[in-house]
Amino acid sequence: MVNTKVSLCGIELDNPIIPASGTFGYGEEFAALYDINILGSFSCKGTTKEPRFGNPTPRIAECAGGMLNSVGLQNPGIDAVVNEIFPRMKEYFHKPIIANVGGFSIEEYVECSRLAASSDAVGWLEINISCPNVHGGGLSFGTSPEAAAEVTRAVKAVSEKPVIMKLSPNVTNIAEIAKACEDAGADAVSLINTLLGMRIDCKTRKPILANRTGGYSGPGVFPVALRMVYEVYEAVSIPVIGMGGIQSARDVLEMMMAGATAVQIGAANLVNPLICKEIIEELPRLMGHFGISDLSEIKGAAHR
Amino acid sequence: MKQGIYTIADHFRLAKDIYKLTLLGDTSAFTAPGQFVNIKIDGFYLRRPMSVHHYDKNTFSVIYKVVGDGTRALSRLERGSTLDLLTGLGNGFDSSKSGEKPVLIGGGSGIPPLYQLCLQLKNEGKKPSVILGFNTEADMFCIDEFARIAYEVRVCTADGSFGESGFVTDVLKTMTDYTYFYACGPEAMLHAVYEGTAVSGQLSFEERMGCGFGACMGCSCKTKYGNKRICVDGPVLEKEEIIW
Repeated sequence: MVNTKVSLCGIELDNPIIPASGTFGYGEEFAALYDINILGSFSCKGTTKEPRFGNPTPRIAECAGGMLNSVGLQNPGIDAVVNEIFPRMKEYFHKPIIANVGGFSIEEYVECSRLAASSDAVGWLEINISCPNVHGGGLSFGTSPEAAAEVTRAVKAVSEKPVIMKLSPNVTNIAEIAKACEDAGADAVSLINTLLGMRIDCKTRKPILANRTGGYSGPGVFPVALRMVYEVYEAVSIPVIGMGGIQSARDVLEMMMAGATAVQIGAANLVNPLICKEIIEELPRLMGHFGISDLSEIKGAAHR
Repeated sequence: MKQGIYTIADHFRLAKDIYKLTLLGDTSAFTAPGQFVNIKIDGFYLRRPMSVHHYDKNTFSVIYKVVGDGTRALSRLERGSTLDLLTGLGNGFDSSKSGEKPVLIGGGSGIPPLYQLCLQLKNEGKKPSVILGFNTEADMFCIDEFARIAYEVRVCTADGSFGESGFVTDVLKTMTDYTYFYACGPEAMLHAVYEGTAVSGQLSFEERMGCGFGACMGCSCKTKYGNKRICVDGPVLEKEEIIW
């Protein structure tokens, strides 16, 4: 028997597989297909203080090796999420979840984090300082070490739950941002959010996405994500959650060898809603194949 | 929703760029006419959502238009090939609200899902009339099929090359005694139908989708009853809730 358990900021996960925010809703659609309690955890749809519709449609475009999205943080607002959705979620998910929090000002991040952290459904906060699809917030906090540190400090002050800072790949030096978050008290970092991209419709000669640009995710970004996880692992000593284009158990092992403590799976859920289940079932077999008895053996192995 | 592997039982061209694909496999996830499936095509990342033309115990068909590289690749698959599908997606049409004489209004590649609806309405003892609109004669399909089950079928072409000349709304203007309407077609047609009908009805919408089952929020729209996702809360919306 192999051991797939990992510990994330002091909370044990049965396995390192976590569906990523924005690709799993609040779990309901997937719970209708399989028992999602097999997951390590999941990161809920990015939630902001006020309800948001998000950007105009089209919000989705395809590209080689993945897709672009410009959803723009559509969500019902933190009050509805904490008071209505989280209690309902208990019917089908019995493990602590990662509450993904977005914002447009320090005050919003703080207020939303305070409310999310107060819910007993929540095990960790994941602070999205890297959404490429909203203006006047989101990404702007994630592209400067000073701003990232400021959000981290402010959220840490109101949350007793571990705080994970979700980082953008749309920066020159992601390790520098990760280090700034660690120094400001972050308990973990997760990366990468989507890469900023665009597509143009040759017939209309206009961008396909109504927002013009969107975030690129899918298997095409995996090598970029892996490299960034590798770099961040060297720069910080807090746990790193690796994500970006993962679609197989082999990708999971690679991500952990680069330094990830756990992984998130995003776009793949949209194409194959059973992907996380399939990876969880495949992981022990593949560990056996590579002579891995415990995942802790391989964390950061590529650095040794 | 169900995920499964389906075998191509039949696949042929019906009209210019229009293909009919019949698949063999589990159809138990279908609950209403007007639902759709999401088809994985080798070499393309996102699935392609397509409305269901007809389903029975173990087969179902979709009729689709080749509009890009994905649908072109699909159109080349032969009988016996297999496809990975998500089935039973979306809400579909509600036939219970139709009254005695509903009218079904379809434009181009929006016509297929109206077929199963028409069949269901007929089986419920109602008298469904059908208006089918095309750009030109070379685009036409499914007319005989509708003629066998509908109370009345009226065909129009935008260029006047077949049937009545003009748009479906021009034909609709000449009809007065319908009790309810169902529409599927291009958004401009849906809007014109919405404006041109005095009775209630249901309209089936199209949008670029990521997942097709409610997870990604890619296909959201605003309605009078709040935000809805075209893929799970639609694709069929009631006339009364639509905001143009």
